[in-house]
Formats: sequence, C-alpha cells, structure tokens
Amino acid sequence: MQRYSIWSLARNAMTGHKNWQAAWRHPEPKPAYDVIIVGGGGHGLATAYYLAKEHGITNVAVIEKGYLGGGNTGRNTTIVRSNYMHDENAHFYEHGLKLWHDLTKDLNYNVMFSPRGVLNLLHSDADRDAAKRRGNAMRLNGIDSEYWDLATIAKKLPDLNVSKDARYPVKGGLMQKRAGTARHDAVAWGYARAADARGVDIIQQCEVTGMIQDGNRIVGVETTRGPIRAGKVGIAVAGHTTQLLNMAGLTAPIESHVLQAMVSEAIKPTLDYVVTSGAAHLYVSQSDKGGLVFGGDLEFYNSFSQRGGTRTLEHVTAAMISLFPRYAKLRLLRHWGGIMDMSMDGSPIISKTPRDGLFLNGGWCYGGFKATPASGWCFAHTIATGEPHPLNAGFTLDRFERGYAIDERGAGPVPKAH
Amino acid sequence: MMLIPCPWCGPRAESEFTYIGDARRQRPDTSALEVSPEALQAHSDYVYLRDNPKGWHQEYWQHSSGCRAHLKVERNVVDHRIRASVKADEALPSFPEGR
Amino acid sequence: MPGFRLEQGGLIDRSTPLNFRFDGKSMSGFAGDTLASALLANGVQLMGRSFKYHRPRGVYGSGSEEPNALMTLGRGQEEESNLRATMVDLYDGLDARSQNAWPSLNLDLLSANSMISAFLPAGFYYKIFLGSANFWLLPEYFIRRAAGLGYPNALDNEDDFQHHYQHCDVLVAGGGTSGLAAALAAARSGASVVIVDEHARLGGQGLWRNAEERVFVDAALSELEANPKIKVLTRTTAWGHYDDNMVACIQIEGDPGAPLAPHQPRARAWHMRAQRVIYATGAIERPLVFANNDRPGVMLAHAAGSFASKFGVLIGKRILLATNNDDSYAHASILAQAGAEVTLLDARSAVSAALTAQAKAAQVDLRLGQTVLAAKAGKAGPSAAEIGALDGKSSSLIDCDAIASSGGWSPSIHLHSHTGGKAEWRDDLQAFVAGKRLQEGVTVGAAAGLFGAQDALASGWQQGLAAAQDLGHHQASGEAPRLELAEAPTTTIMPLWSCPKPKILKGKAFVDFQNDASASDVAMANQEGYRSVEHLKRYTTLGMGTDQGKTSNINGHALLAEAQGRAIAEVGTTTFRPPYSPVTLGAFGGPHTGMAFAPIRRTPMQALHAAAGASFVEAGLWYRAEWYSRPGEDMWASIKREALNVRQAVGMCDVSTLGKIDVQGPDAQEFIQRLYCNGMKTLPVGKVRYGLMLRDDGMVFDDGTVARLADQHYYMTTTTAKAAAVLAHMEYHLDVVWPDLKVRVASITDQWAGMSIAGPRSREMLQAALPGLDLSNEGLPFMGFLDTELNGLPIRLLRISFSGELAYEVHTPSRFGPQVWQVLEQVGQDFGLMAYGTEALGALRIEKGHVAGGELDGRTTPADMGLGKMVAKKKDFIGRLGLMREGLSRDDRPRLVGLMPADGRSKFVAGSQLTEAKSVGGFGQITKSLGWVSSAHFSVEHGCTIALGFVENGDRRHGETLYAASPLDGLHVPVTLVSPHMIDPQGERQHG
Repeated sequence: MQRYSIWSLARNAMTGHKNWQAAWRHPEPKPAYDVIIVGGGGHGLATAYYLAKEHGITNVAVIEKGYLGGGNTGRNTTIVRSNYMHDENAHFYEHGLKLWHDLTKDLNYNVMFSPRGVLNLLHSDADRDAAKRRGNAMRLNGIDSEYWDLATIAKKLPDLNVSKDARYPVKGGLMQKRAGTARHDAVAWGYARAADARGVDIIQQCEVTGMIQDGNRIVGVETTRGPIRAGKVGIAVAGHTTQLLNMAGLTAPIESHVLQAMVSEAIKPTLDYVVTSGAAHLYVSQSDKGGLVFGGDLEFYNSFSQRGGTRTLEHVTAAMISLFPRYAKLRLLRHWGGIMDMSMDGSPIISKTPRDGLFLNGGWCYGGFKATPASGWCFAHTIATGEPHPLNAGFTLDRFERGYAIDERGAGPVPKAH
Repeated sequence: MMLIPCPWCGPRAESEFTYIGDARRQRPDTSALEVSPEALQAHSDYVYLRDNPKGWHQEYWQHSSGCRAHLKVERNVVDHRIRASVKADEALPSFPEGR
Repeated sequence: MPGFRLEQGGLIDRSTPLNFRFDGKSMSGFAGDTLASALLANGVQLMGRSFKYHRPRGVYGSGSEEPNALMTLGRGQEEESNLRATMVDLYDGLDARSQNAWPSLNLDLLSANSMISAFLPAGFYYKIFLGSANFWLLPEYFIRRAAGLGYPNALDNEDDFQHHYQHCDVLVAGGGTSGLAAALAAARSGASVVIVDEHARLGGQGLWRNAEERVFVDAALSELEANPKIKVLTRTTAWGHYDDNMVACIQIEGDPGAPLAPHQPRARAWHMRAQRVIYATGAIERPLVFANNDRPGVMLAHAAGSFASKFGVLIGKRILLATNNDDSYAHASILAQAGAEVTLLDARSAVSAALTAQAKAAQVDLRLGQTVLAAKAGKAGPSAAEIGALDGKSSSLIDCDAIASSGGWSPSIHLHSHTGGKAEWRDDLQAFVAGKRLQEGVTVGAAAGLFGAQDALASGWQQGLAAAQDLGHHQASGEAPRLELAEAPTTTIMPLWSCPKPKILKGKAFVDFQNDASASDVAMANQEGYRSVEHLKRYTTLGMGTDQGKTSNINGHALLAEAQGRAIAEVGTTTFRPPYSPVTLGAFGGPHTGMAFAPIRRTPMQALHAAAGASFVEAGLWYRAEWYSRPGEDMWASIKREALNVRQAVGMCDVSTLGKIDVQGPDAQEFIQRLYCNGMKTLPVGKVRYGLMLRDDGMVFDDGTVARLADQHYYMTTTTAKAAAVLAHMEYHLDVVWPDLKVRVASITDQWAGMSIAGPRSREMLQAALPGLDLSNEGLPFMGFLDTELNGLPIRLLRISFSGELAYEVHTPSRFGPQVWQVLEQVGQDFGLMAYGTEALGALRIEKGHVAGGELDGRTTPADMGLGKMVAKKKDFIGRLGLMREGLSRDDRPRLVGLMPADGRSKFVAGSQLTEAKSVGGFGQITKSLGWVSSAHFSVEHGCTIALGFVENGDRRHGETLYAASPLDGLHVPVTLVSPHMIDPQGERQHG
C-alpha cells in the first residue's frame, strides 16, 4: 500500500498527482475464498479488514452489489457515540469508540473522526432522570459522560432557544465529549484500502442471488458473476438482511424502514456540537463543509425506497427550527433516505445462525455507522473463531425467543420505535 | 406523502394514519392454559419474526386521525404504490403475478 | 471592458430606476432587473469567491443553476445568505453583500489557497493529518472556518411561513412555452390546472428568444389570466415530486432581505396533489471545460444572450463564444445585434448552411473546428483567450473582454427522478432524458429534449390534451396554438467534454465551480480507483454545492466515462435528490414551530391552578401543576407543605390527565379479562380494581384502574403518558386479533375531569360536601365507587388511593370540572384542604411504594415490581406466554426496593446507579452496577430523601447497604435497602 502522509502529498504535487496508486484493486472474483463477506459497506469492509489484521485470514472476498460504501455508510448523519445504558451496548460501543479514536492512524486514511461532543438535550424531569440513569451507568462502565446545566448549555450553544417558555424548555443535557462525527465515505474507503492492501478482494457490481447449501451448511454464494465457494459466509447488508437470510431459508426479527437525512446549504461555523433531543425527535450537527446535517424519526412504514417523504421532513425540520429558531431562513440542500434494518429491540445482531458456516451482522436500526469499527472487529472474531467475542455475546439471534432482548428504549417488540 | 384509500372514508393523506405493520402475521391462539414448547415458539415467532418482503406487502394501518378503524392495505414497499385496501377483517383481492 | 447597459432593449422598465447597494457601494438598476443583471450593468464582474480555493468568480448562469453569484441580502431580522443573484428580483433599497471572502471580496486572503492548489487536489484531506482523533481537531478548526458560504442569521426568526394544500387535475411545473401550451390544452379541455414557475413572470426563454414565440407567450398569458380553471403561481418552485403525485412547491413571498408587509409570510409551502403532472422544467446549459473557465467574465452562452435580450445588458464588447451545438448561434446573433464584436468558435468542422448563413447575417465571426483552450483572466474579466483546433496542436491568442461557452443542454428531469424514474442517455442530444416512470408525470419541451420552440409548444399542447383526456375530459375545442418560426431551429450537437490543454496560457479547467472540482480532479479520482459516479461525486465533492451540480454533473460524468473508455450511458448518473433548488427551512416548519410544534393539552381546571400560583410542567403534552407557590415560599417549601398536608389533613390534586377509556359490549368482560394480567372476571358491578397490562412480550405496558359501571360497561383509567398507546392497543386487538369480540371502546379522557382528594380528613370533608351520602366503610368501601351529585353537578366518586392515605377520586364531566373543584375547595376550607401538585404527588406515591413512569419503563415485569402475585394463573391474557420465557421468568432479575439514606439524611438522586463499590472508578475502569434508582424524592414522613429502585434479588436483600452512585452529580451515598412500602405497609390508612 502506498502510504499517505504530508510528504507523499507534497511529492505527488510536484509530479502533477500522476503517480497516485489506486486505493483498491478491481479484481475478478476467484472460484473460492476462505471467507466471503456479503455487503461492501462499512461493516463488511471493516470485517474483512479485521479478519486479515486480527486473525490472519486474508483469503477473503467482500461482495458488493453496487459500489462500496454506497448504502447506509454513505447516507447517514455520521454521528459516533457510545452513550448507551445497557451493559451489552455500552461495552460494545465503547470498544468501538476506542477504535474510532485511532482509526485514522490505523488505516493511514483520514476518516476525520472529530470528537466534538454529543449533547442530549433534556426537557423535563422525567427526561433528566432517565438520562442520569444512563449517564451514571456509562460512568460505572468507565465511559465519559457529564451533566451540563442550563447555564453551560446556553453559553456553549448560542443558537439554541433556552427560553423557559419554549415548547421544549431545556432543563439540562447529557454530554459525551469523546463522541462526535466522522466523514462517512472516508470510513468505507479507508477500510477498503486497508483491507485490499492485506489481500482482501473487494468485488463491486456483483450481486449475491443465492446461497450454495450442503445439508445444513452454507458453502458459497451464487452471484451475478457466477458461483463463488467459501468456507464461511458472513452477511452484512443492513436493509437487505431479510433478503439474504431468505436465500438460506431463514427469517429474521427485522423489518426494513426508511430513515431520512437532511442537509442544509453550507454556512460558516455556528454549531460546534452534535445536539440531540429525544422529546422533539431531532439530531443535528454541522459538517466540516458547513452544512447542517440533521434527522429525526423513521418513516414508520416498511420501505426499501431509499427516499423519504414530506411528512417526516416537515416534522423534523419544524423540530429543528423550534429548538434553533435562527435556522429558519437557512435552506435545505438535499434530503434522502436509507434503508434501516430495524431489529425488534433496537439492538444489533452479530451472531451465528441456524445454518453452519453462515454468520449474521445486522439489525443496526438507526445506529449502524458509529458501530462500524466495533461491528467489524466483533464480526471478524465471531467468523474466525466460530464463537462470539464477549463484547457481542449478548447480540445473538436467539435472544428474542429466550427473553433476553436488549431494549435500550423500553419500547418493546416493535421495529419502528427504536 | 402517500394517499391511502380508507375503506370507510376514501383516499386520505398518509399523515392521518398510523402504520401498524405486517398483516399476514397471525397471532396464535394462546387460550390453552397448558403451554407447550411449540406454542411458546409459535408465540415468540409471532412477536418477533417478520417476512419483510421486498415487493408487495400486506399491512395494517390505522386511520388514527380519522375514523380510527384499522384497514388492510397491499402496498409495494419499493415504490410505495398501493393496489388494494380493505377493512381489517376482509380479505385482500388476489392479483396475478407481476402486476 | 466589463458589462454595461445597452441604450435600449430588454424587458426592463427604464422608467422605474431602482437604487441598491453591493458591498456598501451605491448602484442603480431598473425594475425588471435581477440583482445579477443590475450588477453586470454597473460593471461588476467579481461577485463571489469559490468554496475551496477562494477563486474570484462572476455570474455564470441566468437562473437557479447559478453556482457562483451567491450573496447575503438584508440586515438584522431580514438577513438571508446564499441567495443566487440571478434569482433575486431587484428592488429599491436592496442591500447585498458578497460572501466567503476576508477582508474583502477584492482582496481575499484565503485566495492563497489557490496558490497552493497543487497541494490541495481532490481528497487531499484524506491523506494528511493521520494521527489520533484529537490531533485532527486542530486542522479541522481551521478547515471549518475556511469552509461554509454565508453566515446564518444571528437573530431568532420572527417571520411567518405558511402551509397550503391544493388539489388539481393537472399540475404544470414550469411556465415556459411548453408549459404554457400544456396548461392551455388541459384547461381548454375542462381540467383544473395549476401552473408554477420559479421566476417572477411566466414565459421562460419564450419571453426573449424570438419575436414569434413572444407573440404566443403573450397570448397564452392573457388566456391564463382569463381562465378561472387555471391557477398561476410565480416565484414558485416545484422542488420535489413525492408519492401519489404529491408535488411540493415553495412560493417566495416578498423580497429576500426586505421587510415583509403586515401578515405577509416569508414563504409558503404548497402541497400539490395532482392527478397528472407535466414537467415543463426546461433544460440547463453546460459549460465547456477549458482552463480558467471559472473566471469572472466567463459564463454560459444562453446567459450572455439572456442578459442582452431580457435585461439590455451586454457582457462585453468583444465576446468570444465557444460551442459544440446549434443553440449558440441564436445567442451569438443576439450579442452581435446588440453591438458586440462576436467570435463564434464551433468545435464542429462543418455545420448546416442555415447556421453559417445565420452567423453571417448577424456579422458573427464564425470559426469552425476551433474551440477555446484557456481564458486569460483575473478578477476583472478576461483580456484574451487562447483558441485552437481540437487536436490541440496549434493555438493562438485572441483579444476579448468576455467569454461565453456552451457544451450542450441537459434536460431538467429532477422531478421525474425524485419518484424513482430512470434516466436514459440519448446520443443525438448528448443528454439524459426521462426514461421509465413510476408516477403520472411526463416531460415536455426542453425537459423532454425538445429544444426548439415549435417542438416544445407542440409537445406541451399534446401532453396537456392527453392528460385531460386521460382524466375523462373532452377534447379541447378551438384551434391549437401554432408557432411558425421563420426558421425552425435545429438542435444538433457534437460531444466535446474537455477542450485541449492550452500551450500558451495556464490554469485549471473547472467542472464544478462552486466546489472547485476540476477536470484533473476527475482524472485523479478515477486513477485512484474512485470509479463509480457516486465515488467521484463524494471524493471530489463534484455536484455537492448549493447548485447540486446543475451545470457540472454531466460534464463530470462524461469526463469519468472518457477516462474509463466507457460510454456515458454505461457510467450512468448520480441520483437527483430533492429539492430541485434549495428550499428555506422555515417553509417546512410552516406554522408548526415554536409553541405550535406540538399541541399543548390543558385540563378544565387549568385557569384555577394558574390563579392559585401553580407552576406547570409538561407531561405527555399536558401541562400539569407541579406545585402551588404561596407568598414567601420557595419551591421546596411549597412541595413539602403540600405533601405534609396530605399526610396530616387533606389535599386535592388535579388528575384529569389520566387516560380514561369507556368500554362497552356483550364481550367487554372477556376483553378486559384478556387485556389485564390480573384477574378481572370477578370484578363486580360497583367496584374498582387496580389492573396491570402487559405487552405481548410480557413486559409491563401500563397500569390503571377499572371500574365496572354495569354488566357490559367498564370505565378504565390509564397513566397520563400511555393513554393514547393503550387505546390504540385495545383498538388493534379488537379490530385485528379478536374481531369476534363484540366490544366498543372510546377515549373519554377529554370528556372527564378528575380530582384526587387524599388525606386522613378526606372522608370528613367529602361527607360535608355530600351530606346525604353514607361514606363509611360500609357505604363506600375501599375500591368502591358510586355515581352521585355534588350541588346538582353529576360526579363519580371512586375510593382509590395513590398516596396511600384514605383517598377518593372525584370524576365529573369536563364542563363541570372547575365548578366541582371550586365547591370542594370551598367545603375543604374547614378541613385544612390544600391543592397539591405533581411534585407532592410523586413524593407521596414513592413513600407508599406505588410504581409510576420511572418504574414502568417498558423493561420491567410484574414480578420485578413486586406485583408477581397479581398475575393470574387460571386465565389467558396478553403477555402470558412472553412472560414465561427464561429471560423474564428467572428469579434473579432486578427487583423493586425502597431506598433510604443509611445516615438518615444524605440526599441522593433518581438515575443513580446502585453499587457495592465505595467509589466509582475513573475513565476506562468498570464498576459493577447492581441496580438503579428509578424515582427519588424528599419524604415529609421520613424527613430525608427516599427512593424506589431496582436491585438484583432486591426483594431478598432488605436491610443491606449499597451506594447510590451519581458520578454525574458527584454523589456517592450509602443507602439502605428497605421494603418499597415506606409508609403504612399494612395499608391501614387507605382502608381506614
């Protein structure tokens, strides 16, 4: 791999940037691999990278039906955090946050992880009590979390309406300073480049159309570019998890829903933190380019459409203007949708499946992007060793029927309320 | 913003409705006091598993800001076209493949 | 010489001069000008700075495709940034400022970026700053400050925005020739029509392209005005096409940057539901890609033509126009006829005789087989250009003071694309047109690749008729409008995606102007493996600016295709995302922002509470009284007084917010029985029972009371928070799961007011209020109720207790609520009655160990809350099987406990975690948590903080001491685990 650095940039500038190597190859698929990862998004690419790096398994193919990083990895609002209450989620996401902090260095690719702080606004006593329970649980789990009072928030967020008479008066906030945002595309590209350098074949424009099964064992996949055999197959396809599992005769506790993201025109820096409000259903941050990136609720119906509707767009925007009234005269530049694999408890699945040799990584709901490093790391471990790592031991597929749902929101077995 | 035909009220904007979910799911009869492992499994499957097809989807909606009745809708979840809607306890018409 | 105003011509009103300012300098223009045309007329070329390199930029287009001339208008409340000068109609007093330049537009220090641009190619930032995350924060700080365009308004918005809803048969998006024809055809057939256009007047290019077309446009406009079936909306952009033919439009009211008239909204969001949509959205011209093609004084060919024809502004005296298609001949002629010396470089080696004749007639210096390689230009416009043949072998300099270029036209198929419609490449047009469609929308005119006026008109007319007929309207009567041009324009084109490299001059050739993506960036991205159009877009930021790549996308994709040796159709195009052009956020919110964002619910007694000094808190949309301040009291004094008074005398609390559901029908008993996990079958008429409701997964959903009014009639209460969800849960099970049950349910929350009368003197007091009634334990036992009258007002009196005291609830139809409250207040004076709020209520129920929101968090079972014995064994109910699963039925789950400070006085808080550790470890250290504090309050009974919480095996650990840890508050308090019933464990008070 051609190392990136300020020196390599300078050297290439002198030669008109003619000598940059391709960040990854565009190989033809081989007839067989030790491991096939279906899905060339952040999770699939990270899995391949950690299989190679942590487990020495390099005869790996990542198979992507479109272009790498083209699904939810490249469509989300880029928030990275580990502010979870339940131990299973807290330990997992905190492991991920530690990986995030060193990811740029590890991949030799600037993923622009910016630990600028994520602030959850609290608007009522009930909000505050629930947030404190979560924040204190984080602290007991060794994760940073602090409580910001109204005065602090008013000072740090001059754009926020902190009037006592607001529809959602701000009572305080839970801040995780080590959390922040990252450049989503760069995460996919950085992992792809680093995985490719370790020998992983990334095969784009290749759609998996079936599973090759031998008894109860999955031994490969059928694709639009022919059959490819594999010792093990891992699925990391977000919104299309059900469709891939169906190919192996399995059903999942997952529904696909659309989540919208919105971005405004670029403006000069005005919002330094990632701000979320549970009561108003909003999260917003300002990208390095200057656009306000925001989102809120799901569309609340099954959909594979990758586009949103005006109902949610209007509601989410109204929420933002209500909290930040001075943003009313900014303009929306774009809005789009991603297909979320909504699990029935709002927590993910990184697990073996009832089929031998078939592993599942899915159910990421809203939160897949931030999980990318930890997800890849744990999924690689699960595939390599055949058993989950303690960090993902709770994220099994059978937790639902056994009564061990990890219900972070207490919303119950509905795919649309997490 | 979809336009959903309520069998009681006529076509109404999506914003008047609440999405309920998969209408092909049938809650198993749980009235037997003795519960077998199979019954437990069937109930758990009902609560958690979804077919989640990519294509035509039979689903319940509630006209929550209207007549509050539940309706059964057949909608394509890829392009959001609706090809039929009936009252909750009625059967959806059958369609030839590919329509 | 930069642009100037012609003596005559244009659609401007020269009798109405308008004064305006740009960067503080006073200038003037005319009514009918845009800000862009007025600036050009005043000789201003330099209008903005680019995003990355801060290169000087001038106006490039004529409409919403404008990438460069972005400005901030207005001051104070009216200030608005990133406005496109081409879309702002000039008004008197307009105050415009340039953006993204410091200290001034002319001398922008960040233009130094341009000098080191060799070090800042596409994606340079991915290759440097490769340390750990905190290291990135410093360069990021500077990058953020260099990025961005204008500033957000520093004042909270006070302008209004409105929402409108419109239904019509046919919606025509775009008011050019084809759109006008479509609207006329549909309306004459009897269809109701709405036609929208983003500009201040309809007509599009038909207003100025040629005289014959103008005749049609004028006639069409008068017919539109006269026909009541047509609604015309100008300054209105159809920006998004959504499901079931809902087209979202925004209408800009007033002038941007100027104060609004009274009651005038800043903008209106239109939700148009059309049976058929006709996209008459025109096409967007693409520039040629040559060195320094971004400099001020360089623009699109049609823009140069339109400035002359529409505004009487000539962009230069010696104009070089480079093209690859027929359309530019008209613009060259316009410019020449307006008095400029025009050199037309057509990259094609041969063109039709008609075109040659047209050029000759207009005295245009036509040079075939030639194109522009580079502009010699600084901030003030070009002084020369390097031109040469396509083989790039020889080149020469030519003097000029303005350059225009055309690389062809891209139909605007954005709306078609929003619905999931495909784009199809056409080689003859060198453009994408609308392919397979998913909704009832068709393209006409230039949007359909029909660039000639005659074809455009014909296609509009035909589709207008077709749409109307399709909807059952009759064929329009009368003659179809006809347009006969002296010479029908041809529309041939030769692909030319990049001009040869210059030999004499130097400079970057830009593809995306706003984001500074150049042709070499495209090549580099491809070389580095970013081969998909989406990778190209994301890696180079091409098409990511406020213009969304209107002028740049196709050029970028074509260059990528060239670099890969593939066809453009194969490489494809990126997805068009709404909105078509940026939409003011306020319009989405409409009136539903601020206090109107979510409804506020008030109980019937709200005014009485406010008058009594209550503070309010929101609870599930309700504004509930938290406490009632008396003079000289602080919050805690009020709360303690209220709580103590309930324990010692009697208090009254507004509980109208509880959900109330009326359940009736022959199967009501069976339904209630299935709904709650505890036995309900034996509940006799005239009695109330506490009920616990589970979800199907076995977790507690809600709790409340059920009163049996009659054999087939129940009156249920729910918690305030879950009222709507419980109703929906019941309706779902009746409609879908058990349609055989004959039961009807209705929410009567709003129809009934409720007040709780609690305290040892509550019976005495109520007896005084209701002298004729037997309120003894025999007359009205615990969990009994009766319907009666209070001073002639109907009331339902229920003997239930949340506080643990002897207590009653008085329910009455909402309209009598205030009267009943006042009567009871009056009677209560003799018994020490005080109103109490939700704070005191919370304190009292914690003392009693009654669960509420903090405990009912959706993750607890009945047994978790010590209510396991309630769960019926001999009936089926929702959640029964869920509850049987291992994870819910195991014995070591966290169980409800009461908590008191071990020292009898230390304060601790809800949300604390419970641990055995003497302190909480620092960052990275794990401290085992055994449970949490779900609710806490000051107890008047115990004189200290008490709490409810959950601890693993908590029910078997009473007497043990743990720590309530709230590192967020710096608290680590030893607490003793006790029974959750921290007062009156035998329930003697409530049964008394």
